[in-house]
Amino acid sequence: MALLSLREVSKSFGGLIAVKELSLDVEPGSIVSLIGPNGAGKSTVFNLITGIYEPTHGDVVFAGRRLNGLKPNAVCAAGIMRTFQNIRLFAFMTVLENVMVGQHARLKAAVWDGALHTRFASNEDKAADRKAMELLEFVGLEAYTSFWARNLPYGMQRRLEIARALAGEPQLLLLDEPAAGTNPAEKDALMQLVRSIRDRGVTILLIEHDMRLVMGISDEVHVLDYGEKIAQGPPQAVRRNPRVIEAYLGKGA
Amino acid sequence: MSGPRRAFWAVLILIALGLPFIDRNSAHISAYVDTGYIVLLALGLNIIVGYTGLLALGFAAFYAVGAYTYAFFASPQFGMHVSFWLMLAGGGAVSALFGVLLGAPTLRLRGDYLAIVTLGFGEIVPQLLQNLDKYTGGPDGIASIDQPRLFGFSFGFNPVPYYYVCLAVLAISLWLLNNLRHSRLGRAWMAIREDELAAAHMGINTTATKLLAFAMGSAFAGLAGVLLAGKYGAVSPSGFDFNTSIMILAAIVLGGMGNLTGVFVGGIIIGLLNSLLLPQASNLMHALGRFTHIPVLQAVDLNQYRFMVYGGILVLVMLFRPEGLIPSATRRAELRVQHHDAVVTGAGAEHMAAQEPVV
Ligand SMILES: Nc1ncnc2c1ncn2[C@@H]1O[C@H](COP(=O)(O)OP(=O)(O)OP(=O)(O)O)[C@@H](O)[C@H]1O
Ligand SMILES: [Mg+2]
Repeated sequence: MALLSLREVSKSFGGLIAVKELSLDVEPGSIVSLIGPNGAGKSTVFNLITGIYEPTHGDVVFAGRRLNGLKPNAVCAAGIMRTFQNIRLFAFMTVLENVMVGQHARLKAAVWDGALHTRFASNEDKAADRKAMELLEFVGLEAYTSFWARNLPYGMQRRLEIARALAGEPQLLLLDEPAAGTNPAEKDALMQLVRSIRDRGVTILLIEHDMRLVMGISDEVHVLDYGEKIAQGPPQAVRRNPRVIEAYLGKGA
Repeated sequence: MSGPRRAFWAVLILIALGLPFIDRNSAHISAYVDTGYIVLLALGLNIIVGYTGLLALGFAAFYAVGAYTYAFFASPQFGMHVSFWLMLAGGGAVSALFGVLLGAPTLRLRGDYLAIVTLGFGEIVPQLLQNLDKYTGGPDGIASIDQPRLFGFSFGFNPVPYYYVCLAVLAISLWLLNNLRHSRLGRAWMAIREDELAAAHMGINTTATKLLAFAMGSAFAGLAGVLLAGKYGAVSPSGFDFNTSIMILAAIVLGGMGNLTGVFVGGIIIGLLNSLLLPQASNLMHALGRFTHIPVLQAVDLNQYRFMVYGGILVLVMLFRPEGLIPSATRRAELRVQHHDAVVTGAGAEHMAAQEPVV
């Protein structure tokens, strides 16, 4: 059974139909990519999944459970974490604190545990600290733990966002243009990183404009144009699809 | 904690413990106690404004709620005489409840709008206290409030026992707040301040977490209110007006928002100014006036100008040290970077990787 299913999901903003009757399955353990020209509705799909918007029609089903109408924090608790197209780190918290916040839904300390600094809270925080360090090593940021997130260079901010998302122990990770604005060397490293995240058992839904990256790591690619799906399949087939070439690859990629 | 900070707190604790023996003037000791209440208020407001980033004005209303709660439950007004110590918790809880009642419908508002609504609340509460005179005693307030007793000994109007109670409450509060700051909840508050949408995506229930900030901040104000009502044995609406709210805000802005040490120091400075220095300076002026036979000086009341002084402090801090006297490292970085951005715009600032040391 698919881990995530969108079933004829539509979303309109006033007169504009940003996503139109989109159906899409993400199998557990796979890397699925969502591509399409600017304004095609890709980020809106993420926002529909994580509860920023509610679908006008259709259902979002995750691990057999309907997510429509859930708030972002509930979607997170259900096992979906994400990154943002325009980076949204906690700018004036440290790199380490950012990843600690990412664990929020997995930590159990109650208010009084924190206020009284009980043994439970203290042990839990120590473990959270260790886990944050481990994740920062995983994305290669272990040397920057005490920097303000704000002060990291762009490429590192993108990786910090990924570490923060992984800290929530998601089953499904949504990555919105993780390679945007990074140089070719960083893109290769990112491709490796995404693969190793999948190898940790996390399923990935990826939005990306860089075709080499998408074609290199995706198990399946879905192509959106004006909110509608115009093609789907393995990367090689999608690449040769005339509608895709016309709508997307034709426009300069 | 680093060496200098440890030393700072050690000296502070010693001075605090010995103060009533160093300075035996009971009017002074009374002023120190009032200063402590202002510190407590500042610590509470700091949760809401400094940690969670919600600009709430009208905070004095919660101070009033605490004071009147104690007055209702421990005076001839309704013939009830509940123990002061019980009401310390009770007044805090009732204020927290009011915080939630105000917060629930308004927390979806942001920035300026939240400021306006909380400002309105701050105006409504003293008005109600003035006009519901059947219950609140109107402008005269409520008198003959029970003063605290401990082991059969009544505190009365001797400021020394109030001083040590206030000190104990402050010490416990600082300990709790320092723990909270470094806890899951403290991180959630700051995440909301930094980016509310991203915080929600980390699994933080932003509404509940903001409400909790409101409730806990208000509880501190309620606690301060009970202490105040017990000390003076009387309450009236005049001490809880907009000016008082601005004074508390001035304390946290002056000291350094979001930093416990800063807020503590800011509270002490503003508190001493309010309770000790301005009244003293007035007396000095009167003496000078009598000496020099200048009638204007004999009649001057500097207390009237205290809000001009706070306003002046706010303006000066904003102009010369916007991060406050003892800022949190975060806020210092924030303001520096903003300043830097104004010079190096766009991508240049984005790639700036200058390391800011963490405390
Ligand atoms: N909150 C909103 N209100 C109104 N219109 C919106 C809103 N969010 C998105 N849109 C519109 O929906 C369409 C799809 O936007 P979306 O951001 O999903 O595109 P995208 O595929 O992610 O594009 P890009 O590659 O540029 O990121 C655009 O026309 C956009 O202007
Ligand atoms: Mg997008």
